[in-house]
Amino acid sequence: MTINGIIVLLVSSILLENVLLSQFLGVCSFLGVSKNRKNAVGMGIAVVAVIFIATIVTWLVYNFILVKFDLVYLKTIIFILVIASLVQIIEIIIKKFIPSLYKALGIYLPLITTNCAVLGVAIKAVQNDLSFGAMLIYSLGSGLGYLLVMFIFSTIREELEKRNVPKAMKGIPIALVVASILAIIFSRYVGIVKENDTKEYELPPQNANVIVMNIPSDDYLNSFIGGNK
Amino acid sequence: MKENFLKGFFKENPLFVLLLGTCPALAVTTSIENALGMGIAFTFVLVLSNALIALINSFKKLKELIAPVRIAVYIVIIASLVTIVEMLMEAYLPALYDSLGVFVSLIVVNCIVLGRAEAYASKHTVKESIVDGVSMALGYTMALIIISFARELLGSGTITIWGKAKLDLTGVYSALGIEPISFFTSSAGAFLVLGIILGIMQAIKNHKEEKNKEIAKQESINKVQTAKQVKEEIK
Repeated sequence: MTINGIIVLLVSSILLENVLLSQFLGVCSFLGVSKNRKNAVGMGIAVVAVIFIATIVTWLVYNFILVKFDLVYLKTIIFILVIASLVQIIEIIIKKFIPSLYKALGIYLPLITTNCAVLGVAIKAVQNDLSFGAMLIYSLGSGLGYLLVMFIFSTIREELEKRNVPKAMKGIPIALVVASILAIIFSRYVGIVKENDTKEYELPPQNANVIVMNIPSDDYLNSFIGGNK
Repeated sequence: MKENFLKGFFKENPLFVLLLGTCPALAVTTSIENALGMGIAFTFVLVLSNALIALINSFKKLKELIAPVRIAVYIVIIASLVTIVEMLMEAYLPALYDSLGVFVSLIVVNCIVLGRAEAYASKHTVKESIVDGVSMALGYTMALIIISFARELLGSGTITIWGKAKLDLTGVYSALGIEPISFFTSSAGAFLVLGIILGIMQAIKNHKEEKNKEIAKQESINKVQTAKQVKEEIK
């Protein structure tokens, strides 16, 4: 994998294929915890760490145990058990060695077991036959994408609380409308990735197609920049 | 019994009222066919997991034995059921399995299943738990169908119920001189549709509350008046 490929995979897993806004993984926690920015960022950091570690472990388990013994059909059960025990282990380790961090993140850790983002990224990484390196970047990018959107969204929601919103749309409904606008913005980041680069991109062809299709033409981009005249 | 069955549709609808299981509700609702497939898979898992967990909890000794690790036990039961659904779908409905993708496996971490297991099935009889499971699962399926109906009709101009049972309305669109708005099939459209539906639900709820308040006000005024009349009569 070239450096170019690494950057493309990282950018697309953070922005284009954002876990929350385009793949809808972990939306429950997205709506539930984002009322307060401090909680949202805490949850986001915990999710980054857990997704990264859990995907590495499940990838190793899948490729070196399940595939070897022809037990691939057990992946759902094995993965959820691995993730649940992993979260427990992380909790114990943090509690023992970094009590201050445990105080800040401790309450989010049990919630993460049932966060679909963790299981979803783990399953997608093995389903798409990612290599070890690509898996590392993909899982890190997915986690960072979650943290980024969580931060932006919670900041907007805090501000929304003070604003005058129609009574019927107060709370979750207006938050979903905001999420919709964010999703539009994130799906427009495709301009960052050039068409040639997507060929080195290792996610399955259906995803690659979406990216190629979405790339705005040069004329479209120039209409913003004002060039080509 | 009847109340237990009906609660999943309106009063305690898992998606619209309790706001659980939003991930698949946004991801697989691009066509009614997908929503129905997801609903069937979900119904299978929820009803059986509720029944099995209620059965386990009906034996007192077993219940005490698993009490400290009950969540892990529940997760294993649910995950096994999900694996069964996955294998059946892959064998008999491969096209649907492909379009639902990772979200069939993700029923494991759907908060509704574990939530019902912990909050309802572990405290009620097997029969009650099955009714609860059917009610919740059908309520969830109904919610999925409502969202996918709006998204498919506006986004691609068709109504796909199952396979070839498809209603093509693109002719109507072109007769009106407009095109289906593909925005609604994109991820941003999913958030918007769910937001608007929840807004409508909240508006209905507010309206009902205000009505109830007015009725209560009227009743209290009437009570005061009758009390005054009674007093005057006594005088």
